[in-house]
Amino acid sequence: MSSHSESIIREPLITGENITYGQITDDVLRPVENMPGKAWWIGFSVASLGALLWVVAISYTFWFGIGAWGLNKTVGWAWDITGFVWWVGIGHAGTLISAVLLLFRQNWRNSINRSAEAMTIFAVICAATYIGAHMGRPWMAVYSLPLPNQYGSLWVNWNSPLIWDVFAISTYFSVSLVFWYTGLLPDIATIRDRATGLRRRIYSVMSFGWTGSVKTWQRFETVSLILAGISTPLVLSVHTIVSMDFATSLEPGWHTTIFPPYFVAGAIFSGFAMVQTLLLVARKVLGLENYITMFHIESMNKIILLTGSIVGVAYLTELFIAFYSQAEYEQYAFMNRISGPYWWAYWSMMTCNVITPQLFWFKKIRTNIPLAWTLSIVVNIGMWFERFVIIVTSLHRDYIPSSWAMFYPTWVDVSIFIGSIGLFFTMFLLFVRVLPSVAMAEVKLILKSSSEQAKRKLLESGHVEPAEAEFYINSLGKFDSVEQSSYEKV
Amino acid sequence: MSSTKYILGIFDDPDDLMHGIDKLQKNSVPIYDVYSPCPIHGIDAKLGIKDSRLGYAAFMFGCLGGTIMFSMVYYMLVHDWPINIGGKNFFAIPDFVPVTFEWTVLWTAFGMTFTFFFATHLFPGRAPRVMDLRATNDKFIIAIDARGNTPNADIDSILKEAGAVEVKHNDRKYVSYE
Repeated sequence: MSSHSESIIREPLITGENITYGQITDDVLRPVENMPGKAWWIGFSVASLGALLWVVAISYTFWFGIGAWGLNKTVGWAWDITGFVWWVGIGHAGTLISAVLLLFRQNWRNSINRSAEAMTIFAVICAATYIGAHMGRPWMAVYSLPLPNQYGSLWVNWNSPLIWDVFAISTYFSVSLVFWYTGLLPDIATIRDRATGLRRRIYSVMSFGWTGSVKTWQRFETVSLILAGISTPLVLSVHTIVSMDFATSLEPGWHTTIFPPYFVAGAIFSGFAMVQTLLLVARKVLGLENYITMFHIESMNKIILLTGSIVGVAYLTELFIAFYSQAEYEQYAFMNRISGPYWWAYWSMMTCNVITPQLFWFKKIRTNIPLAWTLSIVVNIGMWFERFVIIVTSLHRDYIPSSWAMFYPTWVDVSIFIGSIGLFFTMFLLFVRVLPSVAMAEVKLILKSSSEQAKRKLLESGHVEPAEAEFYINSLGKFDSVEQSSYEKV
Repeated sequence: MSSTKYILGIFDDPDDLMHGIDKLQKNSVPIYDVYSPCPIHGIDAKLGIKDSRLGYAAFMFGCLGGTIMFSMVYYMLVHDWPINIGGKNFFAIPDFVPVTFEWTVLWTAFGMTFTFFFATHLFPGRAPRVMDLRATNDKFIIAIDARGNTPNADIDSILKEAGAVEVKHNDRKYVSYE
């Protein structure tokens, strides 16, 4: 603690003047310890209606089989795998924020990692339900595991990327869950020690008996760091493997070596967009503006801009390679995407993913909350179209023109998709009510070094270069929860 | 004889707590443990706590997971049920890589985390043994075993001098849940 010092010109990660350790606990636990407000109830009602729709549509699918979907002999994968890849991609930002930013010592992750990790868990659950449902006979899912069975030496095919996918997604889900839950222990203990009665008993069981002694913290930090170290290649591998589901086939438009990095960048892109969608609302509704500041929002927008640009380059590379390869099927696949019957999907994807994120080059847009929120939704829509374009436009017209077909979704397809969004938000809204949505312990860790009041103290001590002090005071306008007038005396 | 079992120095600020540790050590008062709502960097060196060896556990579990998966795939794909696909090698190592990697990560994560829980005595439903309920909220606490130690009044004054906002004498080891 005392060994920490931070440059004054870095923006504070916690704004507000009289923030104490106790204040952080009070602020973060307000939604957990009090009855939910009107906004939460409205959100929860809408989301649970969506989840209900999902239950109906999934039950219908299980009862009647996937004939209830709009699939046909030519397009055997459509909204199901689109939804799966979309949700897995959304999950990625959580691990990225938790793991990669931890390894790079990016302290701004501290106040957003918890929600982002929760988002990962819920997104991967949504993705997994798609996988289960698209099997048609979900009770046969057990055969995707290498278990001894009555057919003798019948094992799974380890050469198949679909099996790699089973292992990648299940590992990703369980490691994310372990990472998330281990990180929650100190905060659950905080709730436990403030609660009474039944709540105390429940949180007591959930806290695993956490006491916060020195050795526990030391080991806790070691575990977090190692989990971050192994989750970083894991997150890259998961979407790489998802891309191999396509890339190892011989389908025009899929059989491409750029898919692994392209999918990973796309996943981070959509994941950060979803974090933005959730947190821009959550910070306001839960009153967390001092912890999720404009700096956090701007940083995430910069990552969206970067990954959006990588995705844009990947799209153009695909086009170039199709042209340069002189492979006519490949060239046709891309011409068909651009000007075929699904041109609208392709151009929606291009507009949402390549053009609109470029608006984040402008600082005014990057720091404008309503605009950032709108653009984050645009990105999510664009990323859904990307998966749809890859899957459906490649499948619907491949090598044999006699089998070309169109895909039209049924009400079940649409309901499962909308329902999965409802399911996701239901889980997220329940999460913010029962568990702290900001990692309190990690935020407390940076209070003495990176908060606005720590920097103010540094200014008052007079040990700061005048130029730096001026730069800092001039930059105060962008801390949205702070009044510049409070610095006049300094 | 006093019934005090533990003396708690309760601090508002981690820097004051570090200062308190220095003072206690200077006066040769052994520290039982320190409790805080967030990690305090540098405190383990000050208290002479050795580096965690969980990294070794992680490495061993990773090796184990990777080996198990590689052997399993080898047994199934090469030995037990080889499939001739266009005359390709049965022992196609690149195809082994994704699953072997995934299990290496899976075993590392679970093995190390369970080792952490085991070593730190954390498990679902364990009775939390905290000395003061505020230690998980906003207070930084030094606990000193009172029996057979320097006169308690001296310890109190050292803690107060170091900036403790409160000094408590506990006659039970754990106060909250017993």
